Amino acid sequence: MSTIFGIPSNALFSQLLVGLINGSFYAMLSLGLSIIFGLLNVINFAHGAMYMAGAFVAWILLNEAGIGYWWSLLLAPLVVGLFGAAFERLLLARLYKIDHLYSLLLTFGLALIIQGSFRQVYGSSGLPYAIPAALSGGQKLPFMFLPNYRAWVVVASLSVCVATWLLIEKTKLGAYLRAATENPALVEAFGVNVSLLRTMTYAFGVGLAGLAGVLAAPIYSVSPSMGADTVIVVFAIVVIGGMGSILGSIVTGFGLGLIEGMTKVFYPQAASTAVFVIMALVLIMKPAGLFGRAS
Amino acid sequence: MTDAPAASPQPLLSVQALEGWYGESHVLHGMTFDVASGEVVSLLGRNGAGKTTTLRAIIGVLGKRRGSVTCAGVETIGMPARSIARLGVGYVPEERGIFAGLSVQENLTLPPKLRPGGMDLEQIYRLFPNLKERARSPGTKLSGGEQQMLAIARILRTGSKLILLDEPTEGLAPVIVERIAEVIQRLKADGYTIILVEQNLRFAQSIAGRFVVVEQGRVVDAISNESGCRLHQLHAYLGV
Repeated sequence: MSTIFGIPSNALFSQLLVGLINGSFYAMLSLGLSIIFGLLNVINFAHGAMYMAGAFVAWILLNEAGIGYWWSLLLAPLVVGLFGAAFERLLLARLYKIDHLYSLLLTFGLALIIQGSFRQVYGSSGLPYAIPAALSGGQKLPFMFLPNYRAWVVVASLSVCVATWLLIEKTKLGAYLRAATENPALVEAFGVNVSLLRTMTYAFGVGLAGLAGVLAAPIYSVSPSMGADTVIVVFAIVVIGGMGSILGSIVTGFGLGLIEGMTKVFYPQAASTAVFVIMALVLIMKPAGLFGRAS
Repeated sequence: MTDAPAASPQPLLSVQALEGWYGESHVLHGMTFDVASGEVVSLLGRNGAGKTTTLRAIIGVLGKRRGSVTCAGVETIGMPARSIARLGVGYVPEERGIFAGLSVQENLTLPPKLRPGGMDLEQIYRLFPNLKERARSPGTKLSGGEQQMLAIARILRTGSKLILLDEPTEGLAPVIVERIAEVIQRLKADGYTIILVEQNLRFAQSIAGRFVVVEQGRVVDAISNESGCRLHQLHAYLGV
């Protein structure tokens, strides 16, 4: 068996794949956090709960209504996004004029309520969600076995990230978003409804988290704590990439997933701390983040 | 174009007993003035007199305002800024407000078209050829003068006929100031109504039909540009 740096090559490649998979979720989650922070100035602590809720909506659709994976990919983000829109409109929007700490506390409280509710109803042990039939099995590559579903997750996440980037950088709606991120009062003075833009942005951001949750359901078990575990790493990634930077979130999300995977191969003890060590280094050398604009 | 006096029965904009706050500090103490359709009125006054705050209060981006501002007969004091803009009010802020994250063309086309009769891109590029050459560069990479042109140009697309222009000549070279004066003359000839806040008295005299003198958040005098001798008083008001 061939080895690279003394590590069996298939072990290396399978950890790389695990890293890429984690990176896919990191990227989608940090992307949503980042656009929400950019326009609303809200650090959305409920993001992990929205990701978890996405997975649960998919599970409930399947087990209560017989609606399968493909429809869930569409419906779960929609449900999570609509919930997010209502939450933003009814509660979050009231806090923009006071200290940002209050919106942070509100979203933190919401996360606890969502998690607690799911734990109450579904228990804290994970629920299984089967890989859709069309994506079961895998490919035997010369150097490793590649499960089809995992390849799909990477492709789907990359496509969603690129589509989001195009939406923000190349469309009129994206131009409103970028402009309102810089100077909301002036965009409002041009006749644009910035409050509506904020609601849409929050809904879109948490909808992305919901979509990530559906993609994650067949890989990790569907459990109330799945979001809380992931979101801590995602916050570190947003800090590394630069608060509010779209491209930064995507690149850092995938990059850090891979670095984390590599650490598991070469120095497993540090796997769960590597991201935070990098965050500390970045904060020392480039406080605005790798892609952030210094303010 | 009408040559209506300020006190015509239906002014385009009527500001009555306007109070305004900038954060905690009470800046406007009962501003009252009218602007007729097609008029170019310049608000003059020392730094901190409340000229910029008056414009911000008219467009509705000021945190707290009270009194009355009617635009084309519609009371706007309770409206959000976006609804006031949709009555056909275009705002060119003092800091110009060019977006760094948007290209020149994106900056130009950002404000939505609010009413018919706005210029199209081609007409705007004919008026400001520099902007066409730089259409793809980031908005804030333009020179100060070009940014000012862009800030004015993007309002002309919207169809707004009342333009609030805050210190368009600030910090610009004389040759650019002349160019901006030409543009404003042109807009005046096209029937635009303009409220101009200006420190540069010579510039203001070259385009405004009337001066409204502001001191400590109140209107203390109004002087027509035709009233020869009284124009000297402006110097006294400005302390120059």
